[in-house]
Amino acid sequence: MPQPPLRIGCAAGFSGDRTDVAAPVVDALVAAGGPAVLIFETLAERTLALAQLARRLDPDAGYEPLLVDLLRPVLERCLRHRIRIVSNFGAANPQGAARRIAALARELGLAAPRIAIVEGDDLGAESRRPLLAAALKDVSDFADVARTMVCANAYIGAEPIADALLAGADIVVTGRVADPSLTVGPALAHFGWARDDWDRLARATMAGHLLECGAQVSGGYYADPGYKDIPDLAHVGYPIAEIDGDGHCTITKPPGTGGRIDEHTVKEQLLYEVHDPAAYLTPDVVADLREARVVELAPNRVRLEGVRGRARPGSLKVNVFREQGWLAEGEISYAGARAEARARLAGELLRERLATLGKLRIDLIGAGSVLGDDDGRWLAAQPRGEARDVRLRVAMIHADRVTAERLPREVTALYTCGPAGGGGVRTGLRQRLSTLSCFVPRDDVPTRFSFLDSP
Amino acid sequence: MSRSTVPLYRAAHGRTGDKGNRSNISVIAWHAELWPLLVEQVTEERVSAQFAYRGPTHVTRHLLPGLQAMNFVLDDVLDGGVNDALNLDSHGKALAFVLLDLTIEVPAGLRHHLVGAESDTPTTQEPSRRPSP
Repeated sequence: MPQPPLRIGCAAGFSGDRTDVAAPVVDALVAAGGPAVLIFETLAERTLALAQLARRLDPDAGYEPLLVDLLRPVLERCLRHRIRIVSNFGAANPQGAARRIAALARELGLAAPRIAIVEGDDLGAESRRPLLAAALKDVSDFADVARTMVCANAYIGAEPIADALLAGADIVVTGRVADPSLTVGPALAHFGWARDDWDRLARATMAGHLLECGAQVSGGYYADPGYKDIPDLAHVGYPIAEIDGDGHCTITKPPGTGGRIDEHTVKEQLLYEVHDPAAYLTPDVVADLREARVVELAPNRVRLEGVRGRARPGSLKVNVFREQGWLAEGEISYAGARAEARARLAGELLRERLATLGKLRIDLIGAGSVLGDDDGRWLAAQPRGEARDVRLRVAMIHADRVTAERLPREVTALYTCGPAGGGGVRTGLRQRLSTLSCFVPRDDVPTRFSFLDSP
Repeated sequence: MSRSTVPLYRAAHGRTGDKGNRSNISVIAWHAELWPLLVEQVTEERVSAQFAYRGPTHVTRHLLPGLQAMNFVLDDVLDGGVNDALNLDSHGKALAFVLLDLTIEVPAGLRHHLVGAESDTPTTQEPSRRPSP
């Protein structure tokens, strides 16, 4: 008899995602009745660096700021129905996140859940410097990197997640893991696949890939009126993957939610952030999509087939974030007759005033902005137009904060010193985080899980 | 058979993803019968020309016939990427729409597979009107 599928629902695709989407996903998992897992993917590239900066200010912070808001609506039902929760919402402080979840369970009057913490991704410690220095030897001056480093984290894989679930965890909290590993871990634990069963791992990896951006597979980042119409996008449903014993998946979403899952939404998300489809690299496997196919089984039910796998890479990707300079931005609006000409004049005078400070990006929102390049070649080639509602935006990066502060001041001065009718100035100044990526040998990044001690 | 020129977005859809300073843009046929036209006409050369103003160092096209899709990988088009670019859209999320502004010639017999309005004729800026890098 075929095994029942493992259902994995995804209720977040980035840090700060909607907090009202988990409940319908959990409703659907409960109604389906079989084995089920709820995942939250909340860790984009720079989110972890921001979390580390938050932890510097408050040692108890550094995990997903919305942790409690995400879990409160569903924690009781997940525990009652044995729906395991797996998430990277631990960010820079998985221990802190685990303690906060334990506290939430107490607040809600629940029996203490078994919370596992996955560790090993964090390479920020002094003792790991030689490893990073070796990995970055061709990239950069490591002494300089070390001086400004905010965090260094390896993308670790599914195995410690699977081990934690096999040891009885109700909730698994991780820091940096590869996004699809949040799905591969539960599948590995549930089906008991060999850890070198590359085809099955690759299929589960692509199921995870379809889930990991939340609504991006169900109509989000897709709708385009008249071309790609999506029903009730305001209440877009978050995805559920039904994974079978061979790792194949069917993607669906909770009944009664908005959005749509069809052949086209799945294809777009399948290729999202993929480079060579013959070799989609993760810590768990190298997935090969060249023979992939999608089949619409029913409305909002699409099956992915044909994914193959090869042996996983011997090295792990590491992202190193540094504090490097300040990003200064300012905006001001011009409207009515000759608005574009006035905005262009404002841009030209800012260029003159700030010429000595370095590269200044100028955008004319409403006439040309996001398609242009930082060097301004695109904007310079656009014919001057007659746009009547234009917002000038300027941006620059400078190593020195005091110097960078000149940009917001100069934009504000456009009120009184610039072209006629300028209004609505907004300015911002924030520390810039720059990234370096490198690879380290897998064997140099031991991973483990541990259970949160009972209070 | 007569062929007409239509915007690529009537024959295909796509999505932009980013990693570092590299952008990937999928181009997915709206119908399997339109797929051969994409293979023939949406080439690395044309895509390179369309993005010349952003100075890609390399443009690669990967074909996925089982999905009737192709995946373009554009190196060094994001002004350094999400943490380094000054662009409001530092991810380059909008770039799929630049690619889909290309035009494609479609035989009359396949026009019924196109999406969008028949009145939607190309308004695209052809590469010749873009600045050279």
